[in-house]
Amino acid sequence: MAIKKTTRTIEEINKKIRSGKAVVVRADEMTEIVKQRGAGAAAAEIDVVTTGTFSPMCSSGAFINFGHTKPALRASKVWFNNVPAYGGIAAVDAYIGATEVAEDDPLNGVYPGQFKYGGGHVIHDLIAGKKVTLRATSYGTDCYPRKEYEKKITLSELPYATMLNPRNAYQNYNCAINLTAKTIYTYMGVLKPKAGNANYATAGCVSPLFNDPYYLTLGMGTRIFLGGAQGYIIGPGTQHNPNAERAKNGTPLSGAGTLMVMGDMKQMDPKWIAGVSMLGYGCSINIGLGVPIPILNEDMARFTGVADEDIFTRVVDYGNDYPNGESKPLAMVSYAQLKSGMIKFDGRDIPTVPLSSYVRAVEVAEILKTWIKKGGFLLTEPQVMLPTAKKS
Amino acid sequence: MYSKMLSLRFPVQVVNEPIVVNLVKDYDLSFNILKATVYPRQEGLMVLELSGHKSNYLKGIKYLKGLGIDVKNIGNDIKRDDAKCFQCGACTAVCPTGALYIKRPEMEVIFDNSKCSACELCVAACPAKAMEVNFDRILLE
Repeated sequence: MAIKKTTRTIEEINKKIRSGKAVVVRADEMTEIVKQRGAGAAAAEIDVVTTGTFSPMCSSGAFINFGHTKPALRASKVWFNNVPAYGGIAAVDAYIGATEVAEDDPLNGVYPGQFKYGGGHVIHDLIAGKKVTLRATSYGTDCYPRKEYEKKITLSELPYATMLNPRNAYQNYNCAINLTAKTIYTYMGVLKPKAGNANYATAGCVSPLFNDPYYLTLGMGTRIFLGGAQGYIIGPGTQHNPNAERAKNGTPLSGAGTLMVMGDMKQMDPKWIAGVSMLGYGCSINIGLGVPIPILNEDMARFTGVADEDIFTRVVDYGNDYPNGESKPLAMVSYAQLKSGMIKFDGRDIPTVPLSSYVRAVEVAEILKTWIKKGGFLLTEPQVMLPTAKKS
Repeated sequence: MYSKMLSLRFPVQVVNEPIVVNLVKDYDLSFNILKATVYPRQEGLMVLELSGHKSNYLKGIKYLKGLGIDVKNIGNDIKRDDAKCFQCGACTAVCPTGALYIKRPEMEVIFDNSKCSACELCVAACPAKAMEVNFDRILLE
């Protein structure tokens, strides 16, 4: 008997979510369902597949408005806990970037630098409800005479704090090795000499953009899980490159798609936004992010059914090639190999090291699944799609 | 074969005793010194793995304690703050003893402090700064 081709709209899915009848599974569960029953049967049964990731995402930060002071101030330079923020916006607006390092940090002066506190830590501390010291200076104007201001602030006292991350959820990422003779300290972690370890940074089959490789269901206005709260995709992220080389199943073999996202910091949970210190490299931030993928048709069931053994990335040398801007692929490895703990490279077994938390990625997908099942999270219709590539 | 990773803190008056040799000669134990800061007329600290038959091991420990040496399981000196650890796995790149490892297929990052040699490489490599060392640092400097 031929299976009737399934099609459904986001509106139809939302009706089911409202009545508590939506069938929602995590992307890793979907992989098994499609493997066992096929994409057609999976599409007939499942309404939404939830994805997740919890990874260092450098291109992140927050717009903070700290309210007018008496007498008034037009802040030109702004610091939070001694971490500089960008003050060139409006009188009391600032943008704190995740990778900005505290001003008194020795950086790599003592190599490899520890980078103990930066913008990501400030954002985490604010979300955790901790007191943060705001300092601002100005040259003084007739309307804003004040030249200096310092105050301990908390997130709840701030009039406005919105996380806005220019580039999150990289669709795929390099697997990094080091072919030189000495240990190196990179944004991909510590890399031991002579390919002593191979570091990778995505959650594989549960990661958002591997489940909608051509961005067919998401775009500006897509509601997502961001930092433990509801956030939104607001467009393609910086370096979004849909034209990267792809495998037959549509997943890209290198970086490719990225998302620009935003969310209200006051709703977020510190568990899902963590400041991080990459030894010898700098500060960053770990972001918990999850995207719900509506199963509009059989194609989407097949895409979300992707397995780790069908997703590949490039092995790149961060010892010589990458720093010279020549990151050529030395080998291709699947996420199944990476997750197994060993990859074969040059005839040798090399231990693999994840930088992205798979445990937390699955937890994000699970939380998002619960929200949708309980009717507290409706899907949104994207208003503008992301630039994409032609399906091969 | 019984084996433990230990930290030994020496009072000033014991620093001149050849205690490791005595552990080998009198108690038939083998050792692997991972770290040692022992100077004359100063308090000392040694981190070593001590192995042998369990009854010999226990006698050896009794001998050390009898000299006034503070013997501790090294695992008690290294802790992971599980509220900070977000289970990424970056630490497994640098851990030389396999005390930090990934349990598959769950991908959970496990810290088995009985295998930890207190080398402290994970302390700096952990992006979340979740690894804590409670050594008396003055003894190491």
